[in-house]
Amino acid sequence: MPRLRYLLTKLGQVLVTLLAVVTFNFYLFHVLPGDPIRLLARAGNLQPEDIARLRQLFGLDQSLPVQYLVYLRDLATGNLGMSLTYRQPVSDILAQRIVNTVELLTVATVLVVVIGIVAGVVAAARRGTRADAGTVIVSLFFWSLPTFWTGLMLIFILGVYFHAFPISGSGTPGVFYTSPIAQLEDFLPHLVLPSLTLVLVDIGQFVLITRSSLIDVLTEDFILTAKAKGLSARQVLWRHGVPNAMLPVVTTSALYVSLVVGGAIQVETVFSWPGMGRLIYDAVLRRDYPLIEASFLLFAVTVILVNFVSDLLYLWIDPRVRNA
Amino acid sequence: MAAVAIVDEQDRSSLAAVRANIGLAWADPIGRVGFFLLALTFLVALVGPVLFPFNPADVGATAASILQPPTAQHWLGTDELGRDVFRETISGSQISLLVGLLATAISMLAGTVVGLGAGYSRGPIGALMMRITDFFLVLPTLPLIIVLAAIIGQSLSVIILVIGLTSWASTARIVRSQVLSLRERVFIDRVRALGATDLRITVVHILPNVLPLIFANTVLVIAGSILSEATLAFLGLGDPVHVSWGTMLHYAFEVGAAGRGAWWYLLPPGIGIVVVVLGFTLIGYTLDRIVNPRLRNR
Repeated sequence: MPRLRYLLTKLGQVLVTLLAVVTFNFYLFHVLPGDPIRLLARAGNLQPEDIARLRQLFGLDQSLPVQYLVYLRDLATGNLGMSLTYRQPVSDILAQRIVNTVELLTVATVLVVVIGIVAGVVAAARRGTRADAGTVIVSLFFWSLPTFWTGLMLIFILGVYFHAFPISGSGTPGVFYTSPIAQLEDFLPHLVLPSLTLVLVDIGQFVLITRSSLIDVLTEDFILTAKAKGLSARQVLWRHGVPNAMLPVVTTSALYVSLVVGGAIQVETVFSWPGMGRLIYDAVLRRDYPLIEASFLLFAVTVILVNFVSDLLYLWIDPRVRNA
Repeated sequence: MAAVAIVDEQDRSSLAAVRANIGLAWADPIGRVGFFLLALTFLVALVGPVLFPFNPADVGATAASILQPPTAQHWLGTDELGRDVFRETISGSQISLLVGLLATAISMLAGTVVGLGAGYSRGPIGALMMRITDFFLVLPTLPLIIVLAAIIGQSLSVIILVIGLTSWASTARIVRSQVLSLRERVFIDRVRALGATDLRITVVHILPNVLPLIFANTVLVIAGSILSEATLAFLGLGDPVHVSWGTMLHYAFEVGAAGRGAWWYLLPPGIGIVVVVLGFTLIGYTLDRIVNPRLRNR
């Protein structure tokens, strides 16, 4: 039963956090910037009665608490308002864009996790050697790279100088694909540079966390026992060491999501990748507030939910928490 | 014996300990490289603008002076307005350092106060402070900074404030966990028995013990703040008057410097960011290993 209680507590916390984010978002966009009508009417000489009609249309003649309740109702029914620049419902625009971001981030994350864990394990196993020190220094270097600049450098070196990969978009513009395979053949080269950028800047932290966690685990008694049983060094490392070293890696995955969301904004901007990140960049440049607001909310909710999943995962993989 | 233990406990973890930790970081090869990189940056930021002043209004007279590769006159070529990239880069170092240091000061102050409060107070206030910290911890930082800058404005002071007020949560957590263990120590019970107020206990007896940890964290937060400012400016949300490295890269990107092969416009500001961020990261990483007992011997 304690497990169920832990689950319910976590669920309650997530719901409270979600409500807090929504409220924060409402405050940020509906209270802080002042009158949105002024923004909408920036072009011209609106008559007072026009302004009054607009206020009524947008519900701004209501009191703030009423506006807040209307906002909650709209969110619950998926109504995120109209984009000022696209003249389309914000939810439609998000639906088109989100797939591209998910594709990019999935590819990058899988690569970061696999390469990061292997590099971290290899470094920890050779702790104190030159290879280990080199891994640490390279990781710290990658960690210090600004994401957007790394993207610009890759564009410059691999895209412009060597012409190795396309540098913009997720497909060649104006091409009609005869088959899904042809589309994939065009899509994959476009994916190389954006995902490579994300892998480079995000991998350092992952390597360092895996390495230090595994070094901790390798000093534990059960590792000595495993060695004493006569298991090979490889078995001790990968069967007994690595699984136990994964716990801190899972808990820091929450941090990683926040990082990767920030990375997506920069990478998509640099490579004109038609996803959520490029969307929020364009929206900020054009001050399209409904779009900024919805994008921000989507990012925040995603990070909160991934945190929640990471908590559940923790519950599932750590028997100490599971049976506590 | 007991009296010695008290003195020892406080003496070990005051400003002297911070100084000792800096010495230890200097002794570490990784830390020492960090100090050299920082010294280089500060030298450039303090002396550079005196030797090579940059005038933002000094634009090229003709179209031929725009985005020119390096020459004897312009050592690192010219930007999209025909201005000297070498001088512009030197001047940008000041903005990046200024924003990084001031934003971190705000973040440290907020993080320390909230962390001390959340750790020391056992009542609902402490719990509330912890919930607020957790809330800020899960908000995605870059989208939050972008949104705030887009709504509030793009002046240098707003950028400093926004970065500072969005990066304190991790500090608060670190301080809190340390305070939680400190407040159970015997020497805190003793000063409480002597009649010290809660404020005095936190400021005089607990804070000095957390200081080395805060200091190590500060160095890493500076690196993060400088990256945040560069990113914000790159995304077009920097202060248009004060040109930082991020602002330079924003314009380099806007005019397609990468596609036009203008490496002299892309490399200097980018390398500047990497050098200063790497400097702080290397020192912070080394300090972290020194002050964090769990990480020692790694």
